[in-house]
Amino acid sequence: MKKTMTFAAALLAASVLSGMASAKTLVYCSEASPANFDPGTTTGGNDFDASSRTVYSRLVEFKHGGTEIEPGLADKWEISDDGLVYTFHLHPGVKFQTTDYFKPTRDLNADDVVFSFDRQFNKQNPWNGDKYLPNLTWDYYTGMDMPKYVAKWEKVDDLTVKLTLTEPNAPMLANLGMDFASIVSKEYADQLEKDGKMADFSTKPIGTGPFQFVDYQLDAVIRYAANPDYFKGKEKIDDLVFAITPDATARIQKVLAGECDVAPYPNPADIATIKANKDVTLMDQAGLNIGYMSYNTTIPPLDKPEVRHALNQAIDREALIKSLFQDAGATPAENLIPPTMWSWDKDVKTDAYNPDEAKKVLEAAGLKEIQLWASDRVRPYNPNFQRAAELIQADWAKVGVKATIVNYEWTKYREEGKKKDRPGAFQIGWTGDNGDPDNFFATLFACSAIGVSNYSSWCDKDFEDLIQKAKKTSDQAERTKLYEQAQVIFAKQAPAFLLAHSQVYAVVRNNVSGFKMDPLGIHRFDGVDKAE
Amino acid sequence: MLRYLLNKIALLIPTLVGITICAFAFVRLLPGDPILAMAGEHGVAPARYEELKQQFGYNLPIWEQYARYVGEVATGDFGVSISSKRPVLEEFKTLFPATLELSFFAMIFAMVIGIPAGIFAAVKRGSWFDQSLMGTALVGYSMPIFWWGLLLIIFFSGYLGWTPVSGRIGLQFFFKPITGFMTIDSLLHGKWDAFRSALSHLVLPAIVLGTIPLAVIARQTRSAMLEVLGEDYVRTARAKGLSGARVIGVHALRNALIPVVTTIGLQVGTLLAGAILTETIFAWPGIGKWMVDSIFKRDYVVVQSGLLLIALIVMAVNLIVDVLYAVINPRIRAA
Repeated sequence: MKKTMTFAAALLAASVLSGMASAKTLVYCSEASPANFDPGTTTGGNDFDASSRTVYSRLVEFKHGGTEIEPGLADKWEISDDGLVYTFHLHPGVKFQTTDYFKPTRDLNADDVVFSFDRQFNKQNPWNGDKYLPNLTWDYYTGMDMPKYVAKWEKVDDLTVKLTLTEPNAPMLANLGMDFASIVSKEYADQLEKDGKMADFSTKPIGTGPFQFVDYQLDAVIRYAANPDYFKGKEKIDDLVFAITPDATARIQKVLAGECDVAPYPNPADIATIKANKDVTLMDQAGLNIGYMSYNTTIPPLDKPEVRHALNQAIDREALIKSLFQDAGATPAENLIPPTMWSWDKDVKTDAYNPDEAKKVLEAAGLKEIQLWASDRVRPYNPNFQRAAELIQADWAKVGVKATIVNYEWTKYREEGKKKDRPGAFQIGWTGDNGDPDNFFATLFACSAIGVSNYSSWCDKDFEDLIQKAKKTSDQAERTKLYEQAQVIFAKQAPAFLLAHSQVYAVVRNNVSGFKMDPLGIHRFDGVDKAE
Repeated sequence: MLRYLLNKIALLIPTLVGITICAFAFVRLLPGDPILAMAGEHGVAPARYEELKQQFGYNLPIWEQYARYVGEVATGDFGVSISSKRPVLEEFKTLFPATLELSFFAMIFAMVIGIPAGIFAAVKRGSWFDQSLMGTALVGYSMPIFWWGLLLIIFFSGYLGWTPVSGRIGLQFFFKPITGFMTIDSLLHGKWDAFRSALSHLVLPAIVLGTIPLAVIARQTRSAMLEVLGEDYVRTARAKGLSGARVIGVHALRNALIPVVTTIGLQVGTLLAGAILTETIFAWPGIGKWMVDSIFKRDYVVVQSGLLLIALIVMAVNLIVDVLYAVINPRIRAA
């Protein structure tokens, strides 16, 4: 299948064999094999690293290392006053990659943009179903509620695309920066359809991104070369190699031995070794996630905010985080959203540890027993629900509340946990999709999310008004103000105990420059350079 | 002989049916709904859930799902991976040479050390060498592969820098696969440095994977040798005045090797089981790592068909061993 050695591959091999000095190669030890190279059809962070962030570009992009939106293939865009119509103006002269399996005859235009989205929802589109690949589910397109919000995509002229929504939805722009919204080549798709080789679309990608695909040896190595026609300028590194290395310890040994330049996700146990090595740097950042514990705010006495505050105050959060995350560490959560996300309010603080005060309030409220939920799964925001439950149980026992731990297998756990009448405190968490605050506030605590993902069954009118207004407002400064107010209400009402944002790590050799940790959990190599 | 062979093949049929049931049941006994497991924190809307259930055929009664599965397998259709959307058989064919190559070298390692060590221990029965060898073999047999692999990586690759940490070949070597065996392909392309690189990448994983078979072979060789050394014909050979080396090397060893050959054949199952861990540690792109990846991705189709394909290989090898044994030892055929 991957047996055809491509012309570009031959060039790469030749240049490599003729001496490393001529070509600058960066090796990234990735953690898993990509499912395929079509970002519309995949869901894993490792899939996206290997496809959308290397080969493709989008209309808008996230700022490197942040969650702010900046121009991508669209130089600029206008949003109508009613927030329903988005008009994107494409960068002129953007070239799709030229490889031995595809030679573009035209530049990127509005047809490509319309096609990129149409194929993900239009059942009439030949690329939507089994004709392309079996059992396609387009998880992110449906997961981000695109079918609900998108009325239509239209080509105005070659360089102008119009998106009409069914209702105002400010996070749409952030959705368009996500991996599933990568722009693919319609010309390439047409060619493959004509040749009866549609499946190649997922194994031999063509995009407009910083690197072009050269070869993939299943489960072993992916090779890319810098895209000479990249519209933001050719990258400084000539060749990019992903060496797939699933074991975390082996991955770190490879960086230390100089067999790769960058590696993600070290084991907590190896962090001390990495820090002690002078050839490498350990980079870290609070991840775009939150671990929390939802109280059912509709069942007395948990319907009273003071009782929920008291339960929070009874937990020694610092000791809890230390015990759960150990050497890997985590940022204690003051807000539902992590500090790397825009609109995070630094002045808002969650409850401090105060068992004496807690005891008084809980005695007065007559809370003697409570259910405390835990599951078996390791999540990025909580490595051990059971251990957390045991520690919280001990803390609550000290203030006179007897907690009974309730266990379920992970999928059953969430099914039971989201029921409106589920009693007690339920441990859960979230990993963000698109860096938009709406993706946390509305997904997890909107009134409409009760019975779905609002595990607190919490519906606060003031909070709801603010987040709904923010969803419909296009101006980011204004949205920031609304979300800041929402955070104040959240802290006051305490529908949940906020645990932490787990830390994300990468190990980078010191001769590599320009690599940035990304709050979205992606690994990007545009702008990265390497000193020989 | 034909009757013997047919008997053996007939016995394989119930085993095969049992394996399809096990593989089928295994993925369904895993906790969690496959569709919900795929969805993660996002969850799935109820309508979409039903739609997906239908799409994957999970809405059918369990016996119908099984019948469908067996029907497909019988026609050589092992399904399509849920995550990569590629045919399972195609992925298997791409990856299996890597596992085979690693297993081959692991076996060479186990035999080259295990057989002489076993012979020597038998000849010097009760000596300090014998006792320490048997002790070491026991340790080797009980060695947790994961721990052993990481230990070797940290020491030989990390600390001493003698061997590469992981992978199949240096990243600078890049050529078209012909046979799928890196050592052979590099030679076919006439690249000696690539061949050396492939060999150096094989050292640690082959040692790790070969450790358990090495222990088994050494122990088996020793006990077979001890048995043979007590036989009359060995005593006769000695009485004839033959040299010790000739008695052991020609008369005793030939007969002692019969059970050892069987043992070696039966180690194939151990090798494939060990490959799952070894390949994961050493980022070796074979079927072991493929299975682990698929379990993590909850790719039930790959897990189910992969288990079946691996079981088929083990069964085939066992059959060959049985036949070889019958060829070597005619008494078996009559039994």
